[in-house]
Amino acid sequence: MIEARGLVKCYRSTLAVDSLSFDVQPGTVTGFLGPNGAGKSTTMRMIMGLDRPDAGQVRLGGKTYGELRWPLREVGALLDAKAFHPGRTARAHLTALAASNAIGRQRVDEVLAITGIEKAADRRAGKFSLGMSQRLGIAAALLGDPPVLLLDEPANGLDPDGIRWIRNLMKYLAAQGRAVLVSSHLISEIAHTADALIVIGQGRLLAQTTVARLSARASSLEEAFFQLTGGVTDYSGSL
Amino acid sequence: MTNATLSRRAACRSRDRYGFRTVAQMEWRKLRTLRSTWFVVVLFGAGMIGLGVLAMTHEGYSQLSVAERASFDPVHDSIFTGLLLGQLLAGVLGVLTVTSEFSSGMIRATFAAIPRRPLVLAAKAAVQGAVMLAAGEVFTFLAFIAGQAALQAPAPHAALGQPGVLRAVLLAGAYPGLIAMIGLGLGAVIRHAAGAICAVVAVEFLLPLLVAPLGTSVQDNVVRFLPEQIAALSLTVVRPEPPALSPGAAFALLCVYAAAALAAGAWALARRDA
Repeated sequence: MIEARGLVKCYRSTLAVDSLSFDVQPGTVTGFLGPNGAGKSTTMRMIMGLDRPDAGQVRLGGKTYGELRWPLREVGALLDAKAFHPGRTARAHLTALAASNAIGRQRVDEVLAITGIEKAADRRAGKFSLGMSQRLGIAAALLGDPPVLLLDEPANGLDPDGIRWIRNLMKYLAAQGRAVLVSSHLISEIAHTADALIVIGQGRLLAQTTVARLSARASSLEEAFFQLTGGVTDYSGSL
Repeated sequence: MTNATLSRRAACRSRDRYGFRTVAQMEWRKLRTLRSTWFVVVLFGAGMIGLGVLAMTHEGYSQLSVAERASFDPVHDSIFTGLLLGQLLAGVLGVLTVTSEFSSGMIRATFAAIPRRPLVLAAKAAVQGAVMLAAGEVFTFLAFIAGQAALQAPAPHAALGQPGVLRAVLLAGAYPGLIAMIGLGLGAVIRHAAGAICAVVAVEFLLPLLVAPLGTSVQDNVVRFLPEQIAALSLTVVRPEPPALSPGAAFALLCVYAAAALAAGAWALARRDA
């Protein structure tokens, strides 16, 4: 569903993403892992056509993002939690986005119900807590009922109940045959949900594997992850 | 399954791709669901009418000299002060429409929905241009009518049937809408509200002041091309006098400015990462 080939992205002299290639398959939750600053968000923005790669390309079902006919019906994304105008209500935000891709108003009510924010739908989104904002972002991602979902740290700011809800939602979406790519810097957060794993560090691919294969490498999954990313952490404290 | 429902749903639509119409619907919803839009429109209307009445009740025509009486223009005087406020509001609204999306991160949701960025700016321009044009025309007419009613004899009153009067009111009413387009373009290039508002205020108010010390010849050759002076000397005036541009040329030039700002904005949006 998602094919990244030789992605390179530079910001001035920093190489944020370095010849990165990977595949994301339909019907699975794929964890996108790496330490802070590894290039996860940059890669996701390149998949969405928001940042232009300096080299390489991404295809979604064989098309570049710019070629999609109804982008919201083909790819849904949660990139940053507060990607809405604080003065608009949740419903107004979703209705406006829906209109751009000719998605009916009924679907707005559906995604408000799926994400559990119907009661807050007519409140201004600027007053939302981080968890509510996150749910609104997920509602926007689901608007077009898309076969591909990109979620950048979706559990951020969610309470334990919310975290369980998002895990179940991701599994449910994958079981319906969708490709779900979810980024995180915590392996423990992903291990419960993801089957496939893409691990990157300093912009390079460290492994494209599965949770089962990675955990077989060391005494624990976490230990295996630290061995993999040990040499490529940009920011580490000392104690 | 979901893919099947998707394709069935897609097949039900007559068109098979997003386009200007769907993007304009999104932008219209965005514009009308913000309180600030309507606050600006109300302030614009109250300002146009209120300042028009205020200016006309304080004309003091009987104290004017003969020369001043000869150049007395009851059309210009009833609408120009209000237009100064109108251009400020329109310019700022234009800027904020773009920069608020960048500061909140909304722009990424917008561009994810519509990857053709110049189309997004075109839709914003069409929707906001229509709103500001309608508001500008209505409020300019009302300011003109209220202003004439407030003007006391023996000052000569203007009527829409007199030569040049309808033209002056119509072109003046379009001025804030065109300034909003300049604001949109500058907002798309600069992206930050504070910087872009400074730029639009500089274009509107500062440039005429900056060229003032350069002497009258420069002033005559430069000032008449500046947007605010186009409004002051050409658009709102019944009989523009040289070196001011003719109303037609002045209006065309203003349209060129608006188009150039939007083109620069579209280019900047398409070229840079969101």
